[in-house]
Amino acid sequence: MDDRTAKGSVYEFSAGGYVMVMHTKTHQLTPVQAITDALRTMLEERENVVVFGEDVGKNGGVFRATDGLQATFGEKRVFDTPLSESGIVGTAIGMAMNGLLPVAEIQFMGFIYPAYDQIMTHATRMRYRSKGAFTVPMVIRTPYGAGVRAPEIHSDSMEALFTHMPGIKVVCPSNPYEAKGLLIAAIEDPDPVLFLEPLRLYRAFRGEVPEGKYDIELGKGTLLQEGADVTIIAWGAMVPVVKEAAEQAEKNGITSDVIDLRTLYPLDKDIISESVQKTGRCVVVHEAPAAGGLGNDIVSLINDTSFLYMKAPVERVTGADIHVPFWALEDHNLPTPERVMAAIRSVIHF
Amino acid sequence: MVQDMKRAFPVIRIMDQNGKMTDDAYTDQIDKDFARTCYRQLVCMRAFDRKVINLQRQGRIGTYPGFEGQEAAQVGSALALREDDWMFPTYRDHAASITFGKSYNILSSWNGRLEGHVPPEGKYIVPPSVPIATQLPLAAGAAMANQYKESTQAVLTYFGDGATSEGDFHEGLNFASVFQAPVVFFNQNNQYAISVPIWKQMHSETIAQKSLAYGIPGIRIDGNDIFVVYFETKKALQRARSGGGPTLIEAVTWRYGAHTTADDPTKYRDQKVENEKRRRHDPITRLALFMKEYGYWDDTWAKALEEEVKAEIDEAVKDLESMPPANVSDMYDYMFEEPTWTIEQQKEAYMNFLRGDM
Repeated sequence: MDDRTAKGSVYEFSAGGYVMVMHTKTHQLTPVQAITDALRTMLEERENVVVFGEDVGKNGGVFRATDGLQATFGEKRVFDTPLSESGIVGTAIGMAMNGLLPVAEIQFMGFIYPAYDQIMTHATRMRYRSKGAFTVPMVIRTPYGAGVRAPEIHSDSMEALFTHMPGIKVVCPSNPYEAKGLLIAAIEDPDPVLFLEPLRLYRAFRGEVPEGKYDIELGKGTLLQEGADVTIIAWGAMVPVVKEAAEQAEKNGITSDVIDLRTLYPLDKDIISESVQKTGRCVVVHEAPAAGGLGNDIVSLINDTSFLYMKAPVERVTGADIHVPFWALEDHNLPTPERVMAAIRSVIHF
Repeated sequence: MVQDMKRAFPVIRIMDQNGKMTDDAYTDQIDKDFARTCYRQLVCMRAFDRKVINLQRQGRIGTYPGFEGQEAAQVGSALALREDDWMFPTYRDHAASITFGKSYNILSSWNGRLEGHVPPEGKYIVPPSVPIATQLPLAAGAAMANQYKESTQAVLTYFGDGATSEGDFHEGLNFASVFQAPVVFFNQNNQYAISVPIWKQMHSETIAQKSLAYGIPGIRIDGNDIFVVYFETKKALQRARSGGGPTLIEAVTWRYGAHTTADDPTKYRDQKVENEKRRRHDPITRLALFMKEYGYWDDTWAKALEEEVKAEIDEAVKDLESMPPANVSDMYDYMFEEPTWTIEQQKEAYMNFLRGDM
């Protein structure tokens, strides 16, 4: 990122992604570097953006998501906080009400629960209960998900606690390009956004990321590949898993629409209904528990919009209704391409 | 070593129970106008509170948490604020909110109306916090934003004695002290959290001593002495504005009545104590005695004031009872700046249902 020069380059977006207009510089970044790039971009763009959390300042974050930001922007804008999740989110709410654009980090999603009260009782209610007099344009970033042999409580994936919660948008990127564009959109959103970062993908691969500012509209999924036989829906860390399953399926003559939801609330109704009305079959994949999981909302949405188009009941491949196992067993609870493939077979042969 | 904290944090007052000033340094700073402003506001707030409780008894308003007995703590601290400061009140702090500029329409929130939470244009009066102590981190955050903007606006937040047992009390005070945020934590220690007395709430002798743990100034004052409340809050706000960081103020007071109209205090405490408090410690009586002592009292004025206040509150009740019905749309329209498609769809479906064309 040392060679960044141009700012404010021009991009055009199409349904399947983006088209870069000529002469735009890009970099090969990992997802976590793309997040740093988004924060850097917004710290430059908006003087009221502040970035903070535990170990976010000098240490640059335990995953290095804020690496180098304090050195560039100073302690006033990028700072360490006490080890205090309710305090981090509570003060972020107060800052957002008073003109700042706070981007607060919760070190792991499994540690967000002390702040749940602040999110549920204040962040998501402030606009409503003041009839718009006070608003909370705040982003909470947090890494989520299993698969990296992390200690207990460091692997939770409880997005449905928040998609169930009125008044907050929930966003979850699966690659560097989207991580940057979605985070920029989240920071610019006038309401609270929970930004879930698949920690398993932080350094898993690199992707092309344009320089400067661009955003990806919240509430819109993306069709990663087109097929005719089945729709596979996933987000975040499950996207590479379902892509691999789709490849296996293709070898067996089954072609798939693969949808990366990107935003978990509000769901992209159109992308889901258009696809399942074409394929008539659907597999939804998430690592969170099945009970009350987002997969259930997606099944409901398909019932509401596309019931008569369906050739088979929607299959869900999810974690069991158990806590993320201690890591010796965590792989047994994570959806794999093989389990997704089995579900694809099941909807095809129904 | 445990020190005698009641000695380290004595209850400070500058006006005694008989209305006599005990510290003449302040006497010159209180003129007739200021004394009358204070008195008017205290009388007005007590009349308001009593009126609302009557309305509740008559079924004309919903459950309501009264504040009678705590008027001086609320009015005195609110008068100390600068017009453009921020206030984070709780559900019991209507006297503070109204004194700081909120209209009597605050009442409507106890009739289930959203309108009661909306501050007048340009006033930073946050809707009252209902869960306990959760507003303290918000207040610290709003103060940090003032610091960031290099504004001299300060933040004042209220909370009760029960709130000191919550984790957010610690998180809010800790954040504010670490960042030296310009915020005043104003505790009204009315000595009961619904039915649980302060000695079952904490093992500490005082609330003010908790300031030591955060390395911030703390003071314990007589919350029924409107002058000490006013001057000490003013000092704390001034310190906040000038970069001196947060202050913890413990205002010792007493709620005469129930926690809300839904409970009966005689079940958990001896009401003889209340009679004694009224006789010896009432904040309004004390101010009246002061005014008589210092020649600011006038029977005709006081009588006229009572009439004036009654008319004002009757008018507020009339306004409340003539509000148009609540707008159904409101419950959908303030969730996000732009409603999500689900909310839009749900709203439309319900509106159609209401119109009878499903």
